[in-house]
Amino acid sequence: MTATTPDAAALTAAPVERAPPSLLRRLPHSPVAMVGLGLILFWVALAVLAPLLPLDPPNKQDLMALADPRPSWRHWLGTDFKGRDILSRLIWGARTVLSVAPLAALSAYVVGCPLGLAAGYYGGKVDTLISRLSDIILSFPIIILYVILIANIGPSALNIVLAVVLTAAPGIARIVRGLTLEQRHLDYIAAAQLRRENALYIMFVELLPNCRGPLITDFCLRVGYTIITIGILGFLGLGLPPPDPDWGTMVKEGTAMISVRPHMSLFPALAIVSLILGFNLLADGVRELSLRE
Amino acid sequence: MSAAVDSSFQTPAPAGRDLLVLDHVKVEYVSSLGAVTAIPDLSLTIRAGESYGLVGESGCGKSTLLMAILGYLGPTGRIANGRIVFDGMDVTKADAAALARIRGRGVSIVYQDPNAALNPTLTIGRQLAEVPMLHEGLDGASARARARRILTDVHLPDPDAVMDRYPHQLSGGQKQRVVIAMALLANPKLLLLDEPTTGLDVTVEAAVLDLVNELREKYGTTLLYISHNLGVIAKVCDRVGVMYLGDLVEEAPVEELFARPRHPYTRRLLACVPRLDSDKHTTTFLPIPGQPPSLGSRPRGCSFGPRCAGFEPQRCGMAPIAEEETDPGHAVRCVRWRELDQFESRDKEHVAPASPSAEKVLEAIDLSKVYELGNAFFGFSSARQLVANEDLSFDANKGEILAIVGESGSGKSTFARILAGLQDASGGKLRVLGEDLSRMPASRRTMEQLAAVQMVFQNPDATLNPSHTAGFSIGRALRKFGIARSRKEIDSRVRDLFAMVRLSPHLARQRPGRLSGGQKQRVAIARAFAGDPKMLVADEPVSALDVSVQAAIVNLLLQIQARRGATIVFISHDLALVRHLADRVVVMYLGRVMEMGPVASIFAPPYHPYTEALLAAVPVPDPTVKQKHLRLEGEPPSPINVPAGCRFAARCPRKVGAICDNTPPPERDAGGGHMIACHIPIEELKAVTPIFSADPGQVS
Repeated sequence: MTATTPDAAALTAAPVERAPPSLLRRLPHSPVAMVGLGLILFWVALAVLAPLLPLDPPNKQDLMALADPRPSWRHWLGTDFKGRDILSRLIWGARTVLSVAPLAALSAYVVGCPLGLAAGYYGGKVDTLISRLSDIILSFPIIILYVILIANIGPSALNIVLAVVLTAAPGIARIVRGLTLEQRHLDYIAAAQLRRENALYIMFVELLPNCRGPLITDFCLRVGYTIITIGILGFLGLGLPPPDPDWGTMVKEGTAMISVRPHMSLFPALAIVSLILGFNLLADGVRELSLRE
Repeated sequence: MSAAVDSSFQTPAPAGRDLLVLDHVKVEYVSSLGAVTAIPDLSLTIRAGESYGLVGESGCGKSTLLMAILGYLGPTGRIANGRIVFDGMDVTKADAAALARIRGRGVSIVYQDPNAALNPTLTIGRQLAEVPMLHEGLDGASARARARRILTDVHLPDPDAVMDRYPHQLSGGQKQRVVIAMALLANPKLLLLDEPTTGLDVTVEAAVLDLVNELREKYGTTLLYISHNLGVIAKVCDRVGVMYLGDLVEEAPVEELFARPRHPYTRRLLACVPRLDSDKHTTTFLPIPGQPPSLGSRPRGCSFGPRCAGFEPQRCGMAPIAEEETDPGHAVRCVRWRELDQFESRDKEHVAPASPSAEKVLEAIDLSKVYELGNAFFGFSSARQLVANEDLSFDANKGEILAIVGESGSGKSTFARILAGLQDASGGKLRVLGEDLSRMPASRRTMEQLAAVQMVFQNPDATLNPSHTAGFSIGRALRKFGIARSRKEIDSRVRDLFAMVRLSPHLARQRPGRLSGGQKQRVAIARAFAGDPKMLVADEPVSALDVSVQAAIVNLLLQIQARRGATIVFISHDLALVRHLADRVVVMYLGRVMEMGPVASIFAPPYHPYTEALLAAVPVPDPTVKQKHLRLEGEPPSPINVPAGCRFAARCPRKVGAICDNTPPPERDAGGGHMIACHIPIEELKAVTPIFSADPGQVS
């Protein structure tokens, strides 16, 4: 009665179309992304290898160098106003930046994603509440907000993370909300509702994975912004407490002598620029690749 | 000035002259991976004054051919070989200026989506007037005058008002009329139409096709009409070419093609098309086995070879198949066209439809769904109501296929969503297997109630989560419905379900991005059957698929239904398909039931005036069938603040009088469970002649 049709056999044997390889595997096709990744990996490698490199301890003062702090064979990038080796301080400072910035951005995602998912999935009052709160936070000039926050709770790595979470989470929530709204009425969500999956499951298993493309790009950009933020806070004297090296603080300390000894500010500033550039280029490359799909 | 405008309409090219000649055209797309041949070697001649139809399923190269004719293949496409001669000029060798002239005054095109063809920021008048201003250097006033006249020609009511409107203020059908007007304004010798009615409601489609036929007579424009819909082609074309994988496999005059198709592909395609004179008890669709290969892996020899029942490696698989003339004007690319009867009978698929029992499993009683509209912001709310469903009362028996048909806005999908539990009703009752589920959305139903009613959705691209494998959601359903617990058990169940929908089990581990539309829809059916449902709600499950894929899915649904004995509520706008598979039919219009009854009674008199108009509008894939001419004015009105009387009164060609506007129509019993909601007495409704009559002179 239900004779097997030629249809059945052929379907089973039907060749499966080759899917485009994953984003990570296509990364080498984007020169922009590779340059960005190179810059980031350069700093990551230095930061990881810091204890093994033949560097002066970052807080060791070379009183001999105080007379002439300019770059020399002894101190490749010169020394700062206290006679500390700038190269060593940059590399040790990279450890701080590269741990605090991604951690802060990640924490902001941990807070922002659920808020955005809830706003987009539930809509109505939940959406109104979350969206208006976000608007209020986002309407503050962000630097002023940082200054107020850090000045009040004191400069420390944890507090910088907290400040970044508070200011970045609303923006992340807004992106996730938009991506959720696009999918909310698609049939696979309805299918999940028809087997009574709970809201958390639908949000995190059905909705969130489909947001990953734009979120990866946004994450790279956000790490870049966070590095800027940490730099600015350091520059304003709200960076990590001394004497541990902090790139923003180093720029600031150099400004006093910028007309005679520009290298004291220039090298930390270049370090900040190169790392941010790395994250931005990676973000651009990833976005380009995902658009090419 | 007006005299000058008049004379600008050139006399039609003398009939019979070759207007467009494609001579061994080869089109390639070049990418970083190398060149891919979209059209290997295609020759085609269109004579002035004729209407040529190109049919084929998606991916067969129809649109590529159109773009090649326009000399607009984009940065990656190129004509690698051959000539395209339009009106004596070789398009392949034309420079940019000559191409602009051809595109402006020689060839015009009407695309599928009118929204993409019209600029949303300009008024209709401005966009239309641009055409003669640009191509003929007319001044603004006379260009507008001509635009206005052409709007009258495409039968837009009140052309002056339309001129000042923006595209979003027009309906879909009106927009497509404007696009056709715009194409005609350039006064082209050749009009290319690329699926111009796909996406329009059937009554609107019929009116647009009438318009195309009428304008063709009036202006003598030559048409090249591209469509996947054989019924539409049968309605507007004189000659038809069938494309498969970039090859023109068969070409014949329209009656000849439908009466005596010679190519195995054409024959299988026609065997997949639902017909209004047969149903699941008398005929079985003959789906085409397999899938078309990708352009990169074109088979040697006959392009249809790998899917053809009569494939013989020695004769079909060696060299490209030459074109052979079987009858005057009828050419086919098949070396075995004389031996069709030797291999075609071999692969008949038999589908035994389920036999419904008398047990009532679904009962809608005065079911209503009203959306309160209006902006609740700051407490201001207008008293606007959108009545999506009103007083729906019908039932379905166990093992039956109940089809709900209607045009967009009829409320058929709303009912489907209430039944499945994605929405709740605002009034009435909906008994499913004895329990009232009208106010029980999915979140309040028990697991058993959820498993009992499952749904298959319309859009194959949205039915599976792109982040998860094809088998993932089926596994979740099995777990949630408590059918399988351990991983091993789930895997084996998923394999069984994949086998049931005839998919290779290894596809369960693939992401949806790697599956074709038909495969995705099979996975969706497997998912719906995971909990062994008593009732399947299918909301246009095949309307986004090619006709051969549609046929396979419909056969599959019928087979699974016969085995599992489920009741299917089948939502569709396709009357021919409903004729094929339904046992009973409910016709809806603007949220209300107009007519319902056993399937045969719906397709024969007495008709509800709306059903009658729907049937008269159906494109029938058989040029010998005579169809009564009956067209509705306008388009379905908005379901917001509907009138008190009959919903259909505003468009009804048989309106009795004021009573239709003021009083809801009585439900008239036509016997045998056939109900018609109309003020016209049943005897009068019975007196109409059938919509369809076969031309006795020609029997296929």
